[in-house]
Amino acid sequence: MPSSVAEALNTLCAGLILISAFVMVATRQVQGVLRFFIVQSFLLAVSSAVLGFGRNSVHLWTLAAITIVAKVIAIPWVLRRLLPGDYYERREIAQAVNIPASLLLALLLTVLAEFLVAPIAAATNDAVIRVNLPIGLAGVLIGAYSLMARREAIPQLIGILAMENGAFFAGVAIAPELPIIAELAVAVDVVLIAIVVGLLTRTIHQTLGTTEAASLSKLKEETPVWR
Amino acid sequence: MIQTVFFNLLQVLFVLAFAPLYAGVLARLREIVQSKRGPSIIQPYRDIFKLFHKDERVSEQATWIFRVTPYLVFVTPIFVTILIPVLTDYPLVFAFMGDMLAGGFFLGIAGFFAALAAVDTGNPYGPMGASRTRMVGFLAEPVFMIVFFTVSFVAQSTIPYIVQQRWVANVGAFFSPAHILLLIAFLMLILAEGGRIPVDNPSGHFELAMIDESKGLEYSGRGAALMKWGGQMKFLVLTCIFLNVLVAPWGLAHGTTIAAVLAAVPSILVKILIFAMLLVAIETSLAKLRLFRISEFLGAAFITSVAAMVTSIFPGG
Repeated sequence: MPSSVAEALNTLCAGLILISAFVMVATRQVQGVLRFFIVQSFLLAVSSAVLGFGRNSVHLWTLAAITIVAKVIAIPWVLRRLLPGDYYERREIAQAVNIPASLLLALLLTVLAEFLVAPIAAATNDAVIRVNLPIGLAGVLIGAYSLMARREAIPQLIGILAMENGAFFAGVAIAPELPIIAELAVAVDVVLIAIVVGLLTRTIHQTLGTTEAASLSKLKEETPVWR
Repeated sequence: MIQTVFFNLLQVLFVLAFAPLYAGVLARLREIVQSKRGPSIIQPYRDIFKLFHKDERVSEQATWIFRVTPYLVFVTPIFVTILIPVLTDYPLVFAFMGDMLAGGFFLGIAGFFAALAAVDTGNPYGPMGASRTRMVGFLAEPVFMIVFFTVSFVAQSTIPYIVQQRWVANVGAFFSPAHILLLIAFLMLILAEGGRIPVDNPSGHFELAMIDESKGLEYSGRGAALMKWGGQMKFLVLTCIFLNVLVAPWGLAHGTTIAAVLAAVPSILVKILIFAMLLVAIETSLAKLRLFRISEFLGAAFITSVAAMVTSIFPGG
């Protein structure tokens, strides 16, 4: 595959990754947030596989494979297994900031990311860096924002993971030859975070019947039954 | 000169002739997806023919606005048609009379008079529908403007023909994040402006839930036919702008002979059919939004269009 086609496809993925970040902010249902996280991770894998073809880099193919295994398959599976199905159908009504305002803030964060990256992007001729860096940074910022604005535990976790996705997307462009062991460590780390948060959420859910982070600070009189 | 005038007339004829067919195909496809047979695809032609042969009744309370509106609603999409590329990819004689903003103004006039006419009679459902359409309209307006500004910023022009040539000439720009975001924003805009499902139900017959349809409730006979036909043409024109200028500027006639222009007709129809399938997929997989959720829907469209603008302004977009 010629590298110009690869770059065009990578750019397409970049646009779709940004859109899926917006959609994750706009979605109320826990299930929807998880679905769009899977979509985003899949796009990430596609973009690094395509760049791998364009640059003939086995390294980037491995990255794509790791992303598919860890984020498209393992994390959703772990989260699905740990929490009951009705948890995912729940809609998050009481967000700290309502959705239109959240979207506006996400937009401002995108502008901020573009603004911060503009001097760096202007200094390079690499088309991939110019596309990936601002959108990756926007992904990190939007993930951090949804970590703050969300009230439910699992969407908060997905906010962290979306931050990681953004960093990964920017990283593929800046440092495509990062040692594979570092990438593997991150991938395992991310799955472990998902397991730990999932287990904790499961216990809280079983004990208190809610996982709304805001109401967890209230005192509860009965002694918790740890299972 | 004479020839390009003729081609322009041909474009108008294309829109006049195929707008009811487009509506019919959309309705039929939707019924097929829902495992029903549905009406024939030429049913809209029969409806219009029947309405033209019926008596027209006008309320005694109605003023001239009510009588003029059907003609305006019918004529404005034709004016837009002569400004945009429908069949040819080179500018025709009237192409430089007005840009995309002019097209927006034309459709805006029709919408304005349709809302006034709905308030004009004593029917309680008319003003309700009119105020709802205005609500959707003023929420859609900023999206339209941002999309328009972004497109003209990228293409350095506001004439649709030149914008379209920028996308043809530059395949790299086609895949840019700005373009993808822009397409999604404009698609959401078409859904809102055309009264399609997440915003409005085009086949709904329940007056309290109507947004777009209730404006034409008072019309009968020729007025109703013109309103119906005009609405269908407006939707076809919006689709043509979306497909020929923004998404897929391929398949348009390049040669200047009559045969080349006529040969473009089937390829445009195929493009529209593919778009109709996409539209039906969207419409059957989504539920109609509650009235006050529409602002969220169009807010999301606005955010998408501004994100498109941002990524197109900064380097790398």
